[in-house]
This record gives sequence, structure tokens and C-alpha cells, in this order.
Amino acid sequence: MRMDHQLAERWIAPQSHVLDLGCGNGELLAHLQQHRGVTGYGLEIDEEKINDGIAKGLSIIEQDLNDGLARFADNSFDTVVMARALQAVKAPDVLLLDMLRVAREAVITFPNFAHWQNRLHLGLKGLMPVSEALPYEWYNTPNIHLCTFKDFEQLCAKHDIHIINRFAVSDSEKGHTPLMKTLIRQAPNLLADVAIYRVTKQKPE
Amino acid sequence: MVTPQIFHFAEPLTLECNRTLPSFDLIVETYGTLNSDKSNAVLICHALSGSHHAAGFHSNDDKKAGWWDNMIGPNKAIDTNQFYVVCVNNIGSCFGSTGPTTINPDSVHADDDTSEHSESQVYGPDFPLVTIKDWVKTQAILSDRLGIDIWHAVVGGSMGGMQALQWSVDYPDRLKRCVVIASTPKLSAQNIAFNEVARQSILSDPDFKDGRYLQAGTYPRRGLILARMVGHITYLTDDAMKAKFGRDLKSGKFMYGYDVEFQVESYLRYQGERFSENFDANTYLLMTKALDYFDPTRGYLTSDCPSAPSTETTEPVTELEDSIGASVEASKTATQIELEDDLAVISNNEHNRQQELTALKAAFAHTQCQYLVVSFTTDWRFAPERSQEIVDALMATGKPVNYINVDAPHGHDSFLFDIPRYMGAVKGFLTAPFIADRQPKNNRQQPTGARS
Repeated sequence: MRMDHQLAERWIAPQSHVLDLGCGNGELLAHLQQHRGVTGYGLEIDEEKINDGIAKGLSIIEQDLNDGLARFADNSFDTVVMARALQAVKAPDVLLLDMLRVAREAVITFPNFAHWQNRLHLGLKGLMPVSEALPYEWYNTPNIHLCTFKDFEQLCAKHDIHIINRFAVSDSEKGHTPLMKTLIRQAPNLLADVAIYRVTKQKPE
Repeated sequence: MVTPQIFHFAEPLTLECNRTLPSFDLIVETYGTLNSDKSNAVLICHALSGSHHAAGFHSNDDKKAGWWDNMIGPNKAIDTNQFYVVCVNNIGSCFGSTGPTTINPDSVHADDDTSEHSESQVYGPDFPLVTIKDWVKTQAILSDRLGIDIWHAVVGGSMGGMQALQWSVDYPDRLKRCVVIASTPKLSAQNIAFNEVARQSILSDPDFKDGRYLQAGTYPRRGLILARMVGHITYLTDDAMKAKFGRDLKSGKFMYGYDVEFQVESYLRYQGERFSENFDANTYLLMTKALDYFDPTRGYLTSDCPSAPSTETTEPVTELEDSIGASVEASKTATQIELEDDLAVISNNEHNRQQELTALKAAFAHTQCQYLVVSFTTDWRFAPERSQEIVDALMATGKPVNYINVDAPHGHDSFLFDIPRYMGAVKGFLTAPFIADRQPKNNRQQPTGARS
């Protein structure tokens, strides 16, 4: 399972009700359903992925995340998950607040634009970065609102969003060595290419 | 090759309208083989002009296959290698189940004194009005006869989708999956308006003879043609018609008359005429009425529902309000008043929307199946928004539901077309593992659902 999915799973309570935004083929939802007794829905727009999710026995709803979450009532979920979709929506700040309206907690993963490879790419080569976490050319990328860990945390602070947990990882194989893991902990904004945040609007008890 | 079967039910059937049929017949077609534990049965519910003949051919020289042949068959979306598929013709129809064209038993027994039965007459307009709920009830009675306790799935498009939805509400423990395609939770005023135009065109045909046209030896052909033409326009889209006919003329030039000149006119007349040849006018009337009456929330909402802003006020109050309104409005500009009216309509619409959602949630509270809801982007008869109302209510109740909005150019008729994405979703849904012990959050909080 993908690293960010593994971590997301840790923060999702068994038997809870989950909304997965941009759920893809429902890999995470299927895992949560089988191993944690979780119920919930996945929202997706990719036709093929939706059909894959349906064939897994999940509950997949075709919806564009840019249309917002108005169809869901306040606090109707325990957790909203969004893996690597925040950077692709039109108004990530609005969506983030909407997520924390429909659920107590949100688990969000996104690629870190401040990763050293990206900095190198732009700084030395003068080219828009292309990497494992950002595998697109500038002209065909669906990612329109790229940000760094620092940017995201500033946005959270601005809207009184409390960060419960944060975990920075590297997608590349090198990132999984003990040394790299230690280094990432020291300088996540420089060395990690993907971050997983667990946030809430509610005051911690 | 398929052969329809007729099932006779000798016990009386009391309908929603409180009238009783002393007995009734259902004509049924089946495809595939029922497995030993009877767990692979799929029920197909037909749309307005449909019948039990959903797939395959009746004979070697049969030119046209059943109406859903691209959906049902070996290796197709509803795979007959895997499933035992049952399609029932609804009562009230003219294709073999008891309906307006069958002999009214009352007319047979009416002339006890005479031995001759020449007086026996068809039901005609005396056939009771049936509802979607009645159809579902007869289908459940048929399930008992077939020994099918639980359907693997109940599937339907348009009016068939309404039956599938009603099944999940009325017999929650008798189906595992429910497929609702190009349907709606209930008809809108515009939908009912179209149905009314269709009915009026039949009712006002001089050959209708108060519905006793068969006895009179006439047939309201023109009325039926017109009804079907109106219906047909609503099933297609502007784009689809443009692509198919454009403004093409039959003879290449204007004839300055009322004969058929444009290709689209010719097409509509042809469709109408073909339809009028094999469809009974009384059946068309009662089927459109069944559509209008459809409301799965009936009986699920009582006084606990917040009431709508009252539009019914007693007359003295109205008069008083009118006079107050007049004096207030005199000091406002026309634009202000218009804006206020618009806002009132919007807030009223929002209120109605919320009320609808509450009602649907109440109706779906006890359902136990998984749903697949399918809409088509160009369907304006039952637009995607109508399907989304169903989906939203199911999600708000925490029920398992899948929803796809298929991009297709054929309007409402899209559900009859072989669209790979749509077929793929149905196939995947029917073969997906069924997760029975879901306990959605909302149900845990409000243990109203009777879970087993």
C-alpha cells in the first residue's frame, strides 16, 4: 500500500464513517472497509476509476471536488480523507474548510513543492520540476495550486485549523533508509516530497 | 430464443386505489438458469412502453430483439451465464398481463340468465388505476411463486427505476442490490404536464369513445400518435435531433402546406404510428397516471415533518395581507419588489428541497440493499439532479450507494443504449462483493433502522 495511505489508515478510527475525496479506484476505502470495519463514500471524477471502485463493492459517487461538499450535512462523517488532490482543486482553502465542516477531522496528503529536488530543478536548471510526486510537465499538470509544508501550515494557522499530527515521507526508495528518515525529521520541508497532515477545526480536548 | 410464460394468480389483489382484482395474470420471460440456492435471480422492471420481452428473440424470423437486449445476455452487463434474469409485464399493460384489454370477469357473470357469453367485455376504462407500489406488490407475489426469497438485484430504467426504488422501500429484506437508472424520486410539475398533454390528446380523440373504443369498433389512433410524439420529443435532446435530422426537408424544398415536409416530422409521425399499432390507449393513460402518482415517501412522513410556509391562508387574512402589501409596495420600486419575489421563490425552493430530502431520508431509513444510481448528462426528462436527490438522501441516511452520471448524447433514451461506461458500471456492481454488515454512523446514532 502507498506510504501516505498506510499512514492515513493509522489515524482513522475503526468502525468510523469516512469520506474519501478523490478516492481513485477506492484502494484506501477498500482497505479501511476490510481491515477497520469503516463505512463511507468515495468521491471521484475519473470514469474508469469509479467503475473499478464500484466493482470492489464500495460506495463511489461521481462528483467534481470543485463543486464543493454542499450535499453533505455538517459533521456527517468522522473523518474526511483527501490524498494528493488538494493541489488540483480550484479553491483548496475553501475545500479545506468545507472538509472540516462535514467531518471532525481531515487527513490530507499533498506533494511538497519545497522538496530539495524541486528546488534544484527550478533553481539550477531553471525548469519546472518533474519528479515522482509531481510526474507532470508544466503544460499538462492537473496541479494548479502547488504549495509547500510551510504554506499549508500558514493556511491552517490563518483559519484556526489545529494540526493534530504531521508526517513527512519520501516516495522514493532512498527515502525509506533509516538515515534518510532521520534527516527528513530534521528538515521535512527540504527533504520530504509528500506530507500527511491530520487536522481539525475543533479545539483539542 | 425465449418463450414467455403466463402465471395465473387466483387470489384477489387489492390495489392502492382500494379496488380489487378478483384474480390476475402476469406474463413473464426468464433468461439464464436459477442456481440451487436461488441466490442469482435478477428482476428487471420495464419502462412505460416496455414489456416482459427484455432480451433475445421469440422466433427465428423475429427482426427485433427484446428492448434491453444490449444489457441482458451471455457475457453482457447482466450476464445470463451467471444470473437468472426475470422480466415481468406489469398489470395494466396490453402485452399479456391482466390489463384494460383483458376480459372483465364482472361482465362475464353479469348476464347470469342468458347462457351466451357474447356480452363479456374487456375491462377498457373500467380497469382500476394501478400504481408503482401495486406493480411491486405483484412482482413480490410472483417472487413467492418462483421461490425467490431474495433477489440478487432489482434493476430498472425510467419507470422501471421507480419500481426498483419502491422495491427497496417496500421489501427491504428481499433484495440485495438495487439499480435505479435514468429515474427520479418523483415526477416534477413539468413531467406531469407532459403526461397530461399526452393523456388529453388521447381523451380528446373522437374515436376514444370514453375508453370503450374496442366495443365501438374504433380506435383513438390519432390521439395515441400525438401522445407518443410528445413523449418522444421529451426522451430525445435538441442535439440528438439536430444530428439525426437537422432541418432537412423530405423533398428538398418548401411546400407551403401542412403535410410532412421536414425529416423530423416524418420521423415523429412514423414513431407515433408504429406505436399506435401495438399499444393500447387505456394502458397509456393509466401508465402515465402511475408515473404521476409515484411517491416512495408516502406514508413515511407524518407530523414530525416541518411544514412548508403556508400558501393556504383563509380569505380574510389574504385580503388583509393584500391591502397591507399594496400600501407597502407603493413605496417600493418595481425592481425591489421583483428582487424580493425572486428571493422568496429561492427560499421557498430551498425549503421544499430540504423537505423533500427529509421525506426521502425517512423512506430510505429501513432499506438494506446496496444501490447503483445512474443518470445521463443530456436527460432532461429525468435530469441528473433528480437522480442526485435520491443519492443525497441515501448518503444522508448512511446507506451504501454508487452514483455515475454518464456522458451520453441520447437524452432520456440513453438508458437503452450500449454505452461501455454505463454497461461496465452495472456489470461491476452486480458482481461486486456484497458487504452485508455495514453499520453506518447515522444509523448508529439514530437506531431507527430494523437491522437483522
